[in-house]
Amino acid sequence: MATLVKTEEETMLADAARGFLDDAAPVTHLRGLRDAGETHDPALWKEMAQMGWAGILVPEEQGGSDMGHAAAGVLAHEMGKTLATSPFLSSAVIAATALRQVSDARGDALQRIASGEAIYALAVDEGNKFAPDATAMTAERVGNGFRLTGDKTFVVDGALADRLLVLARTEEALTLFDIPADRDGITRSAQNMIDARDSARIRFDGVEATGDDVVGQVDHAMDVLKPALEAGQAALAAEMSGLAAGAFGMTVEYLKERKQFGIAIGNFQALQHRAAHLWCETEVTASAILHAGRKLDEDPANATLAVSLAKARATSTAQLAVMEGVQMHGGIGMTDAFDMGFYMKRARVSAEWLGDYGYHAGQVARLRGF
Amino acid sequence: MLDIQDPEQFRSALRAWLEENCPEEMRDGAADETTICWGGKNWKFSSEAQKIWLERAAAEGLTVPTWPREYGGAGLDRAREKVFQEEMARINARTPLQSFGIWMLGPALLHFGTHEQKLEYLPPIARGEIRWCQGYSEPGAGSDLAGLQTKCEDMGDRWLVNGQKVWTSYADKADWIFALVRTDKESKHKGISFLLIDMTSDGVSTRPIKLISGASPFCETFFDNVKVPKHHVVGEVNRGWDVAKYLLTHEREMISGSGMFAGVSRSLGAVLADDSDGLTEPTLRAKAMEAEVDALAVGLTLERYKDQAEAGGGVGDASAMLKYMGTELNKRRHELLMAAGGSDALEWDGTHAGRAGDWLRTKANSIEGGTSEVMLSIVSRRVLGLPG
Ligand SMILES: Cc1cc2nc3c(=O)[nH]c(=O)nc-3n(C[C@H](O)[C@H](O)[C@H](O)COP(=O)(O)OP(=O)(O)OC[C@H]3O[C@@H](n4cnc5c(N)ncnc54)[C@H](O)[C@@H]3O)c2cc1C
Repeated sequence: MATLVKTEEETMLADAARGFLDDAAPVTHLRGLRDAGETHDPALWKEMAQMGWAGILVPEEQGGSDMGHAAAGVLAHEMGKTLATSPFLSSAVIAATALRQVSDARGDALQRIASGEAIYALAVDEGNKFAPDATAMTAERVGNGFRLTGDKTFVVDGALADRLLVLARTEEALTLFDIPADRDGITRSAQNMIDARDSARIRFDGVEATGDDVVGQVDHAMDVLKPALEAGQAALAAEMSGLAAGAFGMTVEYLKERKQFGIAIGNFQALQHRAAHLWCETEVTASAILHAGRKLDEDPANATLAVSLAKARATSTAQLAVMEGVQMHGGIGMTDAFDMGFYMKRARVSAEWLGDYGYHAGQVARLRGF
Repeated sequence: MLDIQDPEQFRSALRAWLEENCPEEMRDGAADETTICWGGKNWKFSSEAQKIWLERAAAEGLTVPTWPREYGGAGLDRAREKVFQEEMARINARTPLQSFGIWMLGPALLHFGTHEQKLEYLPPIARGEIRWCQGYSEPGAGSDLAGLQTKCEDMGDRWLVNGQKVWTSYADKADWIFALVRTDKESKHKGISFLLIDMTSDGVSTRPIKLISGASPFCETFFDNVKVPKHHVVGEVNRGWDVAKYLLTHEREMISGSGMFAGVSRSLGAVLADDSDGLTEPTLRAKAMEAEVDALAVGLTLERYKDQAEAGGGVGDASAMLKYMGTELNKRRHELLMAAGGSDALEWDGTHAGRAGDWLRTKANSIEGGTSEVMLSIVSRRVLGLPG
């Protein structure tokens, strides 16, 4: 396996991304969207797509740059640092990975993802916890086609997406559908999430689908979905590690500048040791993130352990980073005017998305023979 | 075999070599105190196989695979070292030799020693002929190591050493000691030298100290008018602190790594399940899952840092992170082993013989080689740049 050090290409990608994001999508950008009641900035996503980010997992023949999952993680990490909002994970990572699993690649869908024209969302969750195996939504056979009925929740980017990847039950097994978000019978209602990102509840009321709408094979959703979920989980973990780094960076700066009792609070060992502990946690998590990316690139069929390890570690590290971030900032950390709260809210939402700590630690345990 | 640069070709050659040379009894994956081969003049091999394994591995330089070949190593780069580790793990082979010479003194000599010192001291370490111990701590100098007082005077043709060391692990079994001594009283950090002393010299004596684990692996060490040849100083006189610090980064890596070794290769859950009925007790199971997640991630970090060092990044102060995370985790894992073993684990002998002793021993992990508190201070000041 390639080493656990960023390649030159990945380092250059990170540097370029950092420069762009600091400028175009700092936390104030997210704050501006939230204050305006918006969850998405189409112009920002267009710029990201022009830089090739939307096609990072799309093959070159379809207009992508195909840099791989470790590189996607590098980008996601940088986006996490400034809490940049975009459909990168839903569309460029999850949907692109799903669609490239199938031989027909569904016409020009990948091309449209790479160019940023098509925005996809993944509709999996039905209850308040991630549990794809427990999917209850039905896809009833009607003639040559299907009729989809049921409710999805926590569909990230679901309100803005123009296409949906939907998981539904066909007889005993699960099937994945790719359908336009404005098809008859679909009702979307925006969820007002604490992190101010786009999320939707979606009702499917006898929505008609044809055999062409099936991604991969009927009753074999997991062949397509598993790699896509794992790509999403790994990239989300990378984003969360960036989020932790962003919150941590602010905290260390504050420890150096805030004075109490006549000295910078960073002189107090009680705080030094907690900050140092937090840094140690972020370092250890960084290894799991890079390892997951490498594993998805080099041995995708056996990446589950690496991916769940990364998501579990990223979840606990990000949550620790924001908790300590608020605490060490004292009163100002609790104010809406200060950015730390945005980090705390994003960390909480990301902790639940695509499986929480318990879900992924459970996967690790299972694969380690518990 | 060692001249093969391509990692995969090297793998096949190594595989064949191991097949032929690693005795069957040395392929039991055992990694506890009793199975370690320490070497040294007084070493008694636990079996003929242990002796053969050491001799064959040493002849190929595989006791210290990354050291240069002229000093007894195999000269492996990182890629081939990984292959070596993987192939050893694949057949569950025991490490042929472990010692403070390999973990600590060797790296320091490779960095600071003269060519003559390297030629004199490194090959006997690699062959397991000379066993070393570490004389750093003193009764009044623990965390504040630079406060050490052991006096070393320049007598023109030799050094004269007087003083006392404490917590010297295996001093009673070692042939030589690498010690920090004070050569200048005026300067705290710039008055320390790094000295190599033959433990059979007149005036060196040791007294064992019994530990809470019942074992007695370490000692007080006394120096009473000990005469030491002039050329036994490593690095410059009065600049031994640089050598000491460099060595400590390797010691920290070793302590964190030794704790992790069992963690990454053997699943904690699988071990616990044997004791606790499929590991169904929810609190224990949850804690074990968390510990497993952390163990895998810390293990990967050790790998990442090695990759970084090979790529020229260096590890430096970040080794304090590895030491802190690795040792705190190892303590957690042994607490879980005790909990799973229940009352059976509380006996010194019996079905879980050794478990309580191991558990007690791990409590030292976050003390030896610098305490967890000191590691966190290193991180906060040197890595994060916090004041104070
Ligand atoms: C099993 C074992 C084997 C050892 N082997 C060797 C060996 O082979 N050779 C050798 O030279 N030494 C050896 N040591 C010694 C070891 O390095 C020291 O014990 C260690 O450095 C701590 O020093 P101390 O015991 O004097 O504790 P102290 O320094 O007295 O510390 C006591 C407590 O105070 C805390 N503390 C001290 N200073 C600070 C500070 N500035 N900020 C916050 N907290 C602080 C410590 O963290 C600790 O909790 C060994 C120790 C053990 C337990």
